[in-house]
This record gives sequence, C-alpha cells and structure tokens, in this order.
Amino acid sequence: MAEIERDKLLDVYTRTMKVNRTDEKFRALLMEGKVAVMYYCVRGQELVSAAAMAALDKDDYVVCTYRGQGEQTAKGIPLEKWWGECLGKETGTCKGKGGTMHITDPDTGIMVTTGVVGSGLPIANGLAMASQNNGDGKVTLVSFGDGAANIGGFHEAMNMAQLYKLPIIFLCQNNRYGEHTKFTDHTDSPDISSRAAGYGMKGLKVDGNNVNEVYPAMEEAVEHARSGKGPVLVEAMCYRMMGHFFGSDFSYMPPEHLEEMAKEDPLPKLRKVMLERQFTEEELDGIVAKIDAEIDAAVEHALAADLPSTDEIYKDVLEDVS
Amino acid sequence: MAQITMTQALNLAIDEAMAEDDGVFCLGEDVSDKQGGGVFKITNGLSKKYGENRIRATPISETAIVGAAVGAALAGQRPICEIMLMNFVGVCMDQIVNHAAKLRFMSGGQTPCPMVLRTTTGVGVGFGGQHSDMLEAWFAHVAGIHVVTPSNAADARGLMRASIDANDPVIFIENILCYGLQSEDPGPGYRVPLGKAAVAKEGTDISLITYGRTVLDALEVAGELDKEGISVEVIDLRTIAPYDEATVLASVNKTGRAITLHEAVRPFGTGAEIAANIQEKCWDNLKAPVRRIGGTFSAVPFATHLEQAWIPQKADLVAQIKASVGKG
Repeated sequence: MAEIERDKLLDVYTRTMKVNRTDEKFRALLMEGKVAVMYYCVRGQELVSAAAMAALDKDDYVVCTYRGQGEQTAKGIPLEKWWGECLGKETGTCKGKGGTMHITDPDTGIMVTTGVVGSGLPIANGLAMASQNNGDGKVTLVSFGDGAANIGGFHEAMNMAQLYKLPIIFLCQNNRYGEHTKFTDHTDSPDISSRAAGYGMKGLKVDGNNVNEVYPAMEEAVEHARSGKGPVLVEAMCYRMMGHFFGSDFSYMPPEHLEEMAKEDPLPKLRKVMLERQFTEEELDGIVAKIDAEIDAAVEHALAADLPSTDEIYKDVLEDVS
Repeated sequence: MAQITMTQALNLAIDEAMAEDDGVFCLGEDVSDKQGGGVFKITNGLSKKYGENRIRATPISETAIVGAAVGAALAGQRPICEIMLMNFVGVCMDQIVNHAAKLRFMSGGQTPCPMVLRTTTGVGVGFGGQHSDMLEAWFAHVAGIHVVTPSNAADARGLMRASIDANDPVIFIENILCYGLQSEDPGPGYRVPLGKAAVAKEGTDISLITYGRTVLDALEVAGELDKEGISVEVIDLRTIAPYDEATVLASVNKTGRAITLHEAVRPFGTGAEIAANIQEKCWDNLKAPVRRIGGTFSAVPFATHLEQAWIPQKADLVAQIKASVGKG
C-alpha cells in the first residue's frame, strides 16, 4: 500500500484532533455543569470521521447521525456556529432550533443530521441521485453505526443505491454497540461489510483505528463513487469508548472490553505514525494548542450569544408566502 | 374546449412541469413506460419523453423512495414521488414525518424540502382493509406539510402544478374513483393555489365542508335539497391542511350552520378539527350544533354491500342537513 502523502496525513491528524478536542471540551463543560444538553460522545471514533471527511471535497454532501460531531467539525462547520447550535443559541447553525441531534450546515455540505437510527441512508441516496441527475460531480457520504445496519431503511437504501449506481459512500462506523446492546448480541454475522456482496456492491472492511488503513480505504471509496462506478459500503471497525450518550450508564460494557478499547485507542496510534513520518512533538502539540484556542474562543462566543427569540417557534414551519 | 379526465390532467401537469424545469423528476414503483407508465397510468409516456433517470422506476421500497425524494429536494431538485396506495405510507412514515416535514424547521430554514408525494386511495373499489383508507388526518396533524386532494380534473391539473411549485412537502391524495371524472381542460400553466378552498355551490341555509370524492356526493345532495327549498353551500377545501379557514368561516358566518363530510373515519378526523374551529370562531352566528359525517370506525370491508354500507351515506347526509336546518 502506498504511503499516505505527508500533507494529507497532516490534514487527517489536524481533523482528528479537532474532533477529539471538541469532544473533550464538551465533556468538560458538561462535567462542570456549564452546559446541560444531550451529547453523544465520539471518543474512540475521531479518526474514522476525520479520515472520511479528509477524503471528500469541500462541496461533497454528508449525512450523519446524532453521534455526528466528528463528521460535522471535521468537514469544517465554523466552530462558533457549531457550538452556538449545541448550546441552543441564535448564532447556531440552525438558530438553536435543531440542537445537537440536528446540526445542519449546507455551506459545508452537512445536509442532514438525523436523530433516527438508519434514516440517513435513504436521504443520502436522494442527495446522490440529485448529483447523478444534474451531473454536479459531487459524492455523498452517509455515516451510521452498526446498529443502523439492522433497520429496514439500510436494506432498501443499499439495494436502490446499487441499482442506480449512485455516487454514494455508506460509512458504517462499527463501534461495537447499538445503543446499549453489544454488536454480537444484535447481529450474528461477523461483520456488516460482507452484506455489500448481497447487493452486488463493493464492500470494504478496515481497521478504523489505523490511519494507514482507514484513510486509503476512504480515498478508494470516494474515487470509486465519483468515477460513476457506483456505491461503496465501508465498514470501519472502531470503538465507542464512552456510554451511548454523556452521563448514561455504561456498566453494561465489561471491563475487559474497556481494556481492549484502550489498547486500540486511535489517538496514540496516530501520534506514533505521525512521529514515524518525521513530524515533531512540537509541531503536533502546536496543532492541538491552536485547535484548543479556537475551540475556547468558539465556546466563549456561544456562551455569550443571545438565545433565539421566542417567535422562532412559529418560523420555518412552512415557507412564508404571505 | 376539450374535456380531460383527472388521469390526463395529472399527466399533463407533471409533463409540463418536467418540460419547464430539469429539476422535476418522478420516482416510484412501476412509473416508467417499461412497466406501463404507472399502475394508474399517471406517468404514462413520460419516461419515453424524459428518460429513465427522470422517471425512475423503483424497487418496492417505500422508505427508500420517500427518503430519496427528501434528499433530492434538499439538493435543490423537485421530486415527485409516488406511494402507490395510501395505506403504504405506514411503512415510510419516518421519512415523511420526521424528515420531510421537519427539516426546514430543524435547520432554521436552511433546508426546505420541496417535494410532492402522490398517493392513491378510495373506498368503493373492493380493495379491502389495506388498500382503501383515507389517512389525511395523520398528515394534517404534522406541522410542515401541505395536504392536498382534488375533486375534479381541472383542479387536479392546477393543484398538481401548484404542488410542484411549492417549496415544502405536499401530500397529494388522489381518489381512485375520481380518475375518470372529466372537466373542461383549463389549459397549460393552470394553477390552483394551495390553501384556497372553492365554493363549489353557493347556498344560504347551511355550509357543507368537504373535499375529494365526497364533494360529488355533497353536490348531488345539495341539488336535490334545492328542490325542497333547502339551500346548501358546498365548500371544496382542495387543500386539507393548512386549510382555507377564511373561506370556511365566512361561509358559516353567512349560513349559521355547518356539517363536515369526509370519507375518512369520523373519530379524530379532519372534520373534528374544522368543527371545533367553527364553534370557537363562529359561535355568535351559529344556529345549530356543527355536525360531522365520516366513514364507519372500522377497517374498510371487502364484500360490496358491506363496503357500500361503510361509506358515508347520502341518505344520512340529507337527514343531518334537514335536522340541522330544523326540517328533519
């Protein structure tokens, strides 16, 4: 396998750390009681999101889930708008009307964040269908977890995407849990990617904790979809290192599983790769410090921002044609 | 002027919208000419004219069909998706209710969802319990969608064009028994604005508020009662939600009496909402309680005589009108 280009690797690292530092900051704010909102932690899945977003073009479409912080920040939503939305402020992407589970920012291609498991796949097909219809050359990436692979919409969407050879990437982040239920307790087959064959679709299974596997796979998938060869199902094996949402019980995750996760943590592994590729500790730390400063500024901005006006509850229901 | 059927009217409206805007496309089961141009021939001839990408025949996958329409709409296209029969919305409600209807609001206005969901239904065809229901109240109860149904061919043409123009999702309900109805062709470009009811027949004694196929029953009964000196005003809502409250209230303020009539079952139906609104806003002018007529509260039965007994009866309509005006 060809080495990842140095610039690209740095890009993936930067996006990964942006996701991670955002996640750390969110959990800190929740712990301190400075904010009290639903938040679905992405600890352990940062690299998968970052690699996927780094493989896309700026204009490509993304559909993600309530656990979508990784895709959203790695795709490039301005942090002030992202934090504004998460804190329910008028400066948010959606004027505080969507919230953590419905972040939307068409400017950066984040078209839908759904709170319903598996519902993003059929919608992503439609975005890809529009690109196929109008020839704009965009690809669509839809991210979802292993739990979503067992809802009917997955099956319908996969079959339809392959039938029409839509320019779409189905990214299954197999984080080993569907809500509180372990992968092996909700699925008897060893993986999700092998289902691609049942649709005549290209399927890839990669270690989502290894940048040298996950990034090239994402590039390959994007190239395949953009060239008109049709959809790809990419299954990135990773771990959800926290509970389903912040503060939720995760006593159901056995200690040996937590130990296994810690060993596979993508962040130390990525740092090791970066150092092997002759990036210095100082460079890497400097990138994180810069990200932290950006996040801190965005959080301050969001905390100080105004709440949306109450009359927003009547707006954006239907187009105002009066 | 030439006469057209409702089937032709819908086909013409879709055809001219597709000719004018490359972003308009259809998707649904059997819609291409390869499968005969749709089970009810609404898209007949269109795939030959516009190609298989713009008349996309789909697998039997209602969630994928509606989801694809939602996604394409977000990307700026104007999809017209078809759910062959209205009862099948039961397998794709998440896409309609949680996504199509809410994405404009939840995104703070950034992602409107301009799509039309065409669907067919109707009691009286012998299709039984899972192919006949009028489920418009399910959608009328959800903010963020228009619910539309034509009662004649001319309105079908105009409402379809207006629905395709709309920048929000439209549930467009067609009644199987109305496909053959003929009207004078209103011609190309004709539009009936959404949210505007029609006074199908003027009257002074009582307002009969209805939509879809039961407009025909209402007009027939109103014609008969004219001969008995009871003057019935028939309001055809055309858009069920959000409905034309101004026209309804003006009519009831004039007549002082109202009955709502729909084929859908009576309990918790759209008639209940309209009746409640009339009582709140026309109380001082009301001369009689507002009455509601709807289908029987059971599944639609198969045997012809049972199905016919299930439907709102014209005799009952006559009796209730007479009771309301005090001539019962």
